[in-house]
Amino acid sequence: MKSLAALSFALVVLGQAVFADVMKLAVTTSFHNSGLAEILLPEIKNDLDLDVQLLVVGTGQALKLGRSGDVDAILVHSRKAEEEFVADGSGTFRREIMYNDFVIVGPNADAANVGSASDAKDALQRIANAKARFVSRGDDSGTHKKEQNLWSSAGLKAGELGDWYNAVGAGMGAALNTASGLNAYILSDRASWLNFGNKGDLAVLFSGDPVLFNQYAYLPVNPEKHTHVERDLALKLEKWLTSDRAAKLINGYEIDGQTLFTFNAKPPSQ
Amino acid sequence: MTQLFPLKVTGAESRRRGKLLVGPVDLELGPTGTTIVIGPNGSGKTTLLSLLHGTSRLNAGQVTWACSTEDARRHQSFVFQRPVMLRRSVVDNIAYPLGLRGHDTKTARAQATEWAIRVGLGDMLTRPATVLSGGEQQKLALARALISEPKLVFLDEPCAALDGRAMREIETILTEVKAAGTRIILSTHDLGQARRLADEVLFLKGGLIHEQGLAPTFFDQPQTSEAQAFLKGDIVE
Amino acid sequence: MTDLWDGLSRAFWLVVTLDAELVEITLRSLQVTISALVIASLIALPLAAVLAVRRFRLRRAVIAVLNALMGLPPVVVGLIVYILLSRSGPFGVFGLLFTPTAMIIAQVIIIVPLIASIAHQSLRDLWTEYHDLLISMNVTQTQKVKTLLWDARRALLTASLAGFGRAIGEVGAIMIVGGNIDHATRVLTTAIALETGKGEFALALGLGFVLIGLTIAINIATHWLGQTETEGRW
Repeated sequence: MKSLAALSFALVVLGQAVFADVMKLAVTTSFHNSGLAEILLPEIKNDLDLDVQLLVVGTGQALKLGRSGDVDAILVHSRKAEEEFVADGSGTFRREIMYNDFVIVGPNADAANVGSASDAKDALQRIANAKARFVSRGDDSGTHKKEQNLWSSAGLKAGELGDWYNAVGAGMGAALNTASGLNAYILSDRASWLNFGNKGDLAVLFSGDPVLFNQYAYLPVNPEKHTHVERDLALKLEKWLTSDRAAKLINGYEIDGQTLFTFNAKPPSQ
Repeated sequence: MTQLFPLKVTGAESRRRGKLLVGPVDLELGPTGTTIVIGPNGSGKTTLLSLLHGTSRLNAGQVTWACSTEDARRHQSFVFQRPVMLRRSVVDNIAYPLGLRGHDTKTARAQATEWAIRVGLGDMLTRPATVLSGGEQQKLALARALISEPKLVFLDEPCAALDGRAMREIETILTEVKAAGTRIILSTHDLGQARRLADEVLFLKGGLIHEQGLAPTFFDQPQTSEAQAFLKGDIVE
Repeated sequence: MTDLWDGLSRAFWLVVTLDAELVEITLRSLQVTISALVIASLIALPLAAVLAVRRFRLRRAVIAVLNALMGLPPVVVGLIVYILLSRSGPFGVFGLLFTPTAMIIAQVIIIVPLIASIAHQSLRDLWTEYHDLLISMNVTQTQKVKTLLWDARRALLTASLAGFGRAIGEVGAIMIVGGNIDHATRVLTTAIALETGKGEFALALGLGFVLIGLTIAINIATHWLGQTETEGRW
């Protein structure tokens, strides 16, 4: 009994031992589901000897984590919320890194005829008219906010749609699972969709409208508000994320021959 | 040398839920011999023994030893009617009181082994005590009570559930123990056993001591009618 | 049905090839849960023993509370621990959020009532058996507790193993306080949740079967110990 206890404590202690630099980065589920992190993190480890621990949460929780100082930086895609984040002193600045786009995914049969919509709001209008089943993230994430904006631009209120509208309150992958199971329409970021393993009868029905443009930005948590954050490591990571090396990796990331992200960062002024 | 006796009891009473079980009892017990507390079932023998031993609370009166109560407790043992076995081996059960007194396991086990052999349990030292027969368990309980070399041993109807052979084995050990100088206070409703073991007799009925005296006197010339009836073999309540 | 088959073959492959990530995740699961178990037992068992032998005024209330705490939803415990350990919370200075330590803390809180309740029942029963004898022998409180804990050790081990079972399969609380960080706080249960959310059912099932295998092994161990209890009547 005693040796078991000793072994356990040894395991705990060793488990905490860290040899490289470590920082915590909150990222959105959409970013994580794209699979880009699996490419970038090992390179970051190699180049900077930095362990970036990813907390994969919705944009809402990422901002909360940044505000309470439980992470050192965040990577999200919700411009308005990001600007508020900097404005209220929670973040030092907002650094754009890359963008991808949102797509409207739905059943192959396409009962609402979204495939021939003229633009994004027209597509959603058609879904509402047909009262076709639709799955929403419903979790206050960047994707969710984008979706709500689109409904507004189509003259509809997301909260007043009928039973065909299902808000699941979950991450991108889980929401896609539900859509696949219900054979429903859903707004997803392209990267998550391409990387999703349970597509079922769904396919991309509409894309290309500039309003579906999805900008990712990196925001370090303000060290003046939370003195314990890894200020230098966060800046180190920022420098790397805006470098040519990152550009090459991000632009070069493909699934099924399609590029997922477009690098558009301007390096921080020296 | 701690002297427990004489033990003086004055006006002792024990109640449960207001009902008087035993008492009032006045008693004086000397330092030698075997005292048998005899009486019909339900007369309060167990309660009286517990009162003297100190595990039952006195609702009135006093129990006074020649030394302090603490010292007295440390030099006595109690054997229950139904033996309580610890969930351990035979030898560890017997050794338990020595462990409580700070002896190391090795010495304790060695002494326990001697006692086990003495009471006839030598070939089942490592057996779990709980699988022993009633007679074997009671012998274990006796060994366990004696290993700490108490000056006084209480036994509450120790042979009530035992067959003749087991009873004889226990009585043999008790005789040896008495010869070595240990004071014995034993309760029983078995007249034969009382006759065999007693030096002194306390006759208990309805929670009161009706007669107290030397064994020969009690058995041959009982003073009270209740005692006479009991000795004759009548049912006494 | 194909999903199930895929899962089984995936699981078999992962285990047979000693997949590095599987090994890492499994070891971490065991590390977290065993640490939690040891700490929780060190708290719960003596507590149960004291409750069994000591008479004090609030005794019944404490036992009632302990039994009620067994029904505490683990995810709520996770939420409360999260709030306490967050940097903006009272214990934020320790920087424990999103570490295995936070997961251990949450699991300890969840399983202490369980272990204590089960242990207390056995110890109480044993105390009823031993009461007359030990009182007659004038034992001290410490000796009482030590004797009960030792003699009831198999029942106590069963209580601990019940705690282990509860902890190893828990996902809500440790997801919240651990953050399911890859290579840091990801364990079997949170990995299963993650892979399911990615639509990777085969891998999730594979991990699930490993977890089931682990739990069955522990349960068999419990049974085996229990059998010895009835046979030798320890």
